Amino acid sequence: MADPKLAVWKFSSCDGCQLTLLDCEDELLEIAGKLDIAQFLEASSAVTEGPYDISLVEGSITTPHDVKRIKEVRAQSRVLISIGACATAGGIQALRNFADVAAFTNRVYTTPEYIETLATSTPISAHVAVDFELRGCPVSKHQLLELITAKLAARKPRVPTTSQCTECKAAGTVCVMVAQGFPCLGPVTQAGCGNLCPSHGRGCYGCFGPKLNPNAPALSLQLADLGLTPPQLRDLYHSYNAAAPAFDTEGRTHD
Amino acid sequence: MTERIIQVDALARVEGEGALYVRMKGDMVEKVEFRIFEPPRFFEAFLEGRDALETPDITSRICGICPIAYIMGACQAIEMAWGLEVTPEIAALRRLIYCGEWIQSHTLHAVMLHAPDFLGLHDAIQIAQAQPDLVRQALRLKKLGNTIMEVVGGRAVHPVNTRIGGFYKAPDPEDIRAMIPELDWGAEAARALVLAFAKFDFPQDGTDYTFVSLVDRERYPILQGRIGSNRGLDIDVTRFNDHFTETHVSHSNALQGRMRDGSAYLVGPLARYANNYDTLCPTVQATARDAGLGRVVTNPFQSILVRLIEVQYACEEAARLARAYVPPVPAHIDTPPRAGVGHGITEAPRGICYHRYETDTEGRIMAAQIVPPTSQNQPQIEEDLTRVVTANRHLPDADLKWRCEQTIRNYDPCISCATHFLKLRVDRD
Repeated sequence: MADPKLAVWKFSSCDGCQLTLLDCEDELLEIAGKLDIAQFLEASSAVTEGPYDISLVEGSITTPHDVKRIKEVRAQSRVLISIGACATAGGIQALRNFADVAAFTNRVYTTPEYIETLATSTPISAHVAVDFELRGCPVSKHQLLELITAKLAARKPRVPTTSQCTECKAAGTVCVMVAQGFPCLGPVTQAGCGNLCPSHGRGCYGCFGPKLNPNAPALSLQLADLGLTPPQLRDLYHSYNAAAPAFDTEGRTHD
Repeated sequence: MTERIIQVDALARVEGEGALYVRMKGDMVEKVEFRIFEPPRFFEAFLEGRDALETPDITSRICGICPIAYIMGACQAIEMAWGLEVTPEIAALRRLIYCGEWIQSHTLHAVMLHAPDFLGLHDAIQIAQAQPDLVRQALRLKKLGNTIMEVVGGRAVHPVNTRIGGFYKAPDPEDIRAMIPELDWGAEAARALVLAFAKFDFPQDGTDYTFVSLVDRERYPILQGRIGSNRGLDIDVTRFNDHFTETHVSHSNALQGRMRDGSAYLVGPLARYANNYDTLCPTVQATARDAGLGRVVTNPFQSILVRLIEVQYACEEAARLARAYVPPVPAHIDTPPRAGVGHGITEAPRGICYHRYETDTEGRIMAAQIVPPTSQNQPQIEEDLTRVVTANRHLPDADLKWRCEQTIRNYDPCISCATHFLKLRVDRD
């Protein structure tokens, strides 16, 4: 049987999640031995026509052209996996969703009529059916490898949907919010980064997006007790996963 | 006369989305466009009103390949605005993590994205089929760069341990020391790659570039120095906008950087090397000599060698810094915010990256300006393309197209950065 065909696609993004695949230095050649990397423009000028068995999609949808392109990608893909905060929630560039894009364009570009862009930055799932969403800004290398391995074995990937707090507890990291009074989004953020920020002595800033069923209003009360002002609360939720529904809504209540 | 069009709709082995369009009439190149269609992301606009303390984390998201360049430029600028000076220990640790970024970014580009051009292959996986050891060594070197990013910064893409004033947590001296043997290996491995790649058949090309980089007499510039050129420019970072300007052209979602007189200039490894050769370690200079390079390299196709020479430098420098490591106490310097204007400039792997911010009394961003290296290199890339197409017009379309793509990859363009970039089309008339 021929190796399964893998395609990697990019929309509006920083390239960091695709890079995470190339950052699997110890596993890359092994992966290439088990998968036919049929389309990965950042890494190769060889392109094999679809259909593809697995498509990894990075980036968010921000232009009329990309709305069409993602539908073409879906049509050629047996399994479509969106990777990273841009693809799963619209990314940091979704901050435009709360502002006037014409004003943004005028601010950055001297001849705004050259720029074609949509008023919003939206996740892949807003446009096509997505088979799995891998969180993170950027995604975790370990979760990405687990996901590819699981798909090759046709099993469910082991990717937790619990809160960041569970990683701190498992690692024995003392709670930075309770012990040091640092604002932390850990209680409402999905685990997966490997307990990074708290173990470096700072609060979680939510780059893995909302956990399953988060209670953000309760956390906001706690954060307000720590002295956060409404604009600070709004900005804490409105960052790398600003347009993820739970963070979007909670951020707006402090606007 | 016949029209000839060379066109690449989506460039491969570059970071981000770009295209190329060249139109020729007979032997004349009529139009060359390095097109950047990566969608705009409006970083400068949405930074306004945010807490300046967020700028390193937010601007790192401009680029997953060179986040440290953004983090450090933002830190320098805000620290200048607030009158904050970091300690020598913090400055040394910043230089160490930046060496990690140079090692991973340069190795990724030189071996995995650029070398296939010289070997007539499509990617590093194909190189691995013929020369598995070469690719394994390169991956080990790239991993070393990422290890530095992880040990100092917490993770390789978008590190979390960096902040205005320094670091959240000083890395454990044992973790820093543990990297030394691999860094010593890395310097040797990078030298071996330079000497192996020096045997490539480099196209004859070159011009009298205006090389712009940081210049520092003491140490090869990464995070320090004045802005200088091979034509006598010597200015402080605060005067960047007096000498450089950005213009907007219809075929690109990235602003194009030019000198105030409208001329193109080159930033990146060739410029740093030409302007700062004397500060490279003797061992690194020896590698350059053994590879047949002079003190100035003007053939852009040999940029791959200079990039790897810088990897050797970065490994030696990181080993020096690791041996001398003293954990900064405190790990960061706190200072109250104030209204002010600050500028930051560092040597990203692809060249100088400039930041300017204005903050209000509460430390909120009132205005932001970020000028990444690829924006600055765009006009020079188009001039290189015109020269390369003219010199190689006898080539069949497929070969000419390949040569054009290679010309663009000489710059390791980071399109994601430039749009905070392109597709090739050649019209032959």
